[in-house]
Amino acid sequence: MKSEYTITVYTENQVGLLNRIAIIFSRRKINVESLNVSPSEVEGIHRFTIVINETEEVVRKLCRQIERQVEVLKAYYNTNEEIIWQEMALYKVPTDEVAEKMKVERLLREHGARAVVIRKDYTIFETTGQREETDKLVKVLEPFGLIEFVRSARVAIIKASKGFHEKLKEFEEGEPSEELAENEFLDKGQSVFTM
Amino acid sequence: MSTIEQKTSTAATNNNSEILKDSLAGTVELTGSQAVLEAFIAEGVDTVFGYPGGAIMPIYDALYDYNDRLKHILVRHEQGGIHAGQGYARSSGKVGVVFATSGPGATNLVTGLADAMIDSTPLVCVTGQVFAHLLGTDAFQETDVINITTPVTKWNYQVTDANEIPHVLAKAFYIAGTGRPGPVLIDITKNAQIQKIDYKGYEKCTHIRSYRPKPIVRKSYVEQAAQLINAAKKPFVLFGQGIILGKAEKEFKAFIEKGGLPSAWTLLGLSALPTDHPLNVGMLGMHGNYGPNVLTNECDVLIAVGMRFDDRVTGRLDKYAKQAKVVHLDIDPAEIDKNVKAEVPVWGDCKETLPLLTKLIEEKKHTEWLAKFNEYTREENEVVIQHELHPTTAVLTMGEVIDSLNELTNGNAIIVTDVGQHQMVACRYAKFNQSKSNVTSGGLGTMGFGLPAAIGAKFGAPERTVVAVIGDGGFQMTLQELGTIMQTGLDVKILILNNQFLGMVRQWQQLFNDKRYSFVDIQSPDYVQLVKAYGIEGNRIDERSAIKSALATMLNHKGSYLLEVMVGKENNVFPMVPQGCSVSEIRLK
Repeated sequence: MKSEYTITVYTENQVGLLNRIAIIFSRRKINVESLNVSPSEVEGIHRFTIVINETEEVVRKLCRQIERQVEVLKAYYNTNEEIIWQEMALYKVPTDEVAEKMKVERLLREHGARAVVIRKDYTIFETTGQREETDKLVKVLEPFGLIEFVRSARVAIIKASKGFHEKLKEFEEGEPSEELAENEFLDKGQSVFTM
Repeated sequence: MSTIEQKTSTAATNNNSEILKDSLAGTVELTGSQAVLEAFIAEGVDTVFGYPGGAIMPIYDALYDYNDRLKHILVRHEQGGIHAGQGYARSSGKVGVVFATSGPGATNLVTGLADAMIDSTPLVCVTGQVFAHLLGTDAFQETDVINITTPVTKWNYQVTDANEIPHVLAKAFYIAGTGRPGPVLIDITKNAQIQKIDYKGYEKCTHIRSYRPKPIVRKSYVEQAAQLINAAKKPFVLFGQGIILGKAEKEFKAFIEKGGLPSAWTLLGLSALPTDHPLNVGMLGMHGNYGPNVLTNECDVLIAVGMRFDDRVTGRLDKYAKQAKVVHLDIDPAEIDKNVKAEVPVWGDCKETLPLLTKLIEEKKHTEWLAKFNEYTREENEVVIQHELHPTTAVLTMGEVIDSLNELTNGNAIIVTDVGQHQMVACRYAKFNQSKSNVTSGGLGTMGFGLPAAIGAKFGAPERTVVAVIGDGGFQMTLQELGTIMQTGLDVKILILNNQFLGMVRQWQQLFNDKRYSFVDIQSPDYVQLVKAYGIEGNRIDERSAIKSALATMLNHKGSYLLEVMVGKENNVFPMVPQGCSVSEIRLK
């Protein structure tokens, strides 16, 4: 059964790597729902956060294929239950609507929106949350002349992780822990964060 | 410091490496191009296949002074160059090296890169690129080579600053040749080729932060694998090219001999185990032997070593070895569970894992089980092999030609094949005594691979006889490389099995498309006349009585020789597992 999976990939920082990872999905005609690249807490190591809708078997194989790439250190996949995740959204609305209509102000407060820029002609609000939450505010603002809307990619932290830094040290020493390898028959019930 | 420049420009004395050693300062000034060639020398490269062009001219200019240390083979087409590099890598066990210019030169490499990628062949390809300031301007012969080749390379990188060259090339050789080998492409802009750098010498790469060539062997998995093998009543080993790439032929033999394990090979595993070894039960897959295919669905423990369960091996996956517990030994963790679920994955270099496993398994014979394979062999012999090797009609078969070739070479030749019916027949019937003797395009099935790969194979193993078995279709795809043979005076025996059809497609059209022969009727030029124009001798035969003597003449001839054998137009390759069928539904006719 298909469901939403978040793939976290730790890589070296090199030109062209984004393409190398992206074509692993496009070759198999898999649509990437969201993609974010950022530095990680480890110097020189970048972190890709990729969201796709697929079966677990496909996702597991994809992670193996991603890990095969020379510049990739490790790829993990998680269900939504296993991660804390957020997306950020920006909304541009006419200032007169916001200023004059109390209702809008209350709605914004209910949705935890924050004003980023206030100009005579328009105001930009920002919210951070999950997809349903940011989507809800779009619906709410539409009647008040929403001018523009944009949402960022997902960023996620794995709940069970003890941090990548320790694992990386083991990896770099070439002495990974026993859980070096994952296999669905042999490694049932192992914690998500293995190397 | 400037002496090196003077020396290279005079082209008379040219031993740069000695100058490097003598340099007191510890650094010398080199151009990026010279740094590329110094890297090759340091990596032990002796042969480069290539074709010059505008954007790679500085490297070729530097090459002029390395003539005594680097053999450059001028091919006739970059595709020929890269296939030659593959042939060289496969026969020598070393990394093949290829040069091409930017744009069309680089795009002509793509087929070979894809072929090397899927067949895990170690290559380092260096392509020229337009000046860095012209990148992205649609300059003359500019192509986005890095992005074009990303899906078909193990690693690729564009160099725009010559200071990067020594360590990038060191990385390239390290990546290409370690772990599961594969092709690497380094694209070097023209400015970087010309740019002068303070060269501090070459340091081989032994570590990349994010790259682990071999997964660490997990002892508990080896133990579990041994337990399964020891408990097995009907164990069956499938072996692939991993054995050859891992240089683990001896370890593999010791393993199967101790366990008394019947073993069958994939197309690329061929020659890792001598053909006449009593435990060698034959070929797997679509045109493989009867027993290995049928008994895959009868064995209780399936031990896969250095192979990847290609669809041509497995047939229908949901009916593949469902009764068996699978033990999978592979160096590439991505191969485990990819197509066939492994009960026990033994990842690691089989050179390390096989001896560990051999130590733990019990000495056994499995005589009855092995005899079962022989029963199927007998049946296959009666229905297929006998007719192929000893036909009773006047029409020649490909099999009888290969059989005669076996008698003359005693299984000591390197057999290079192209793709199609002749490939299947050659691989089924050719005999091999030693490893690295079978060079063929397996995963990609690249027609036109044969002739240039044979050229490369000969350069990789000059002391051995190289016979290129090629069909009339594939030969016409890359026959321009006859020019390379002519110019290098190389000794390659070309055996064309001409059935006047694109035989494999015709066979499918006959079996599955009601004999609607759609564009498979292919005409050939007079090959004997053709090679004569290249100064190569040749002969054409169409009678059984002439086969042996014509083959002997070919093999005894000094230098290259082409023998064209006219074989039956509508002969088919059997057995065959039709597409979408289970391996046990293999057809004998």
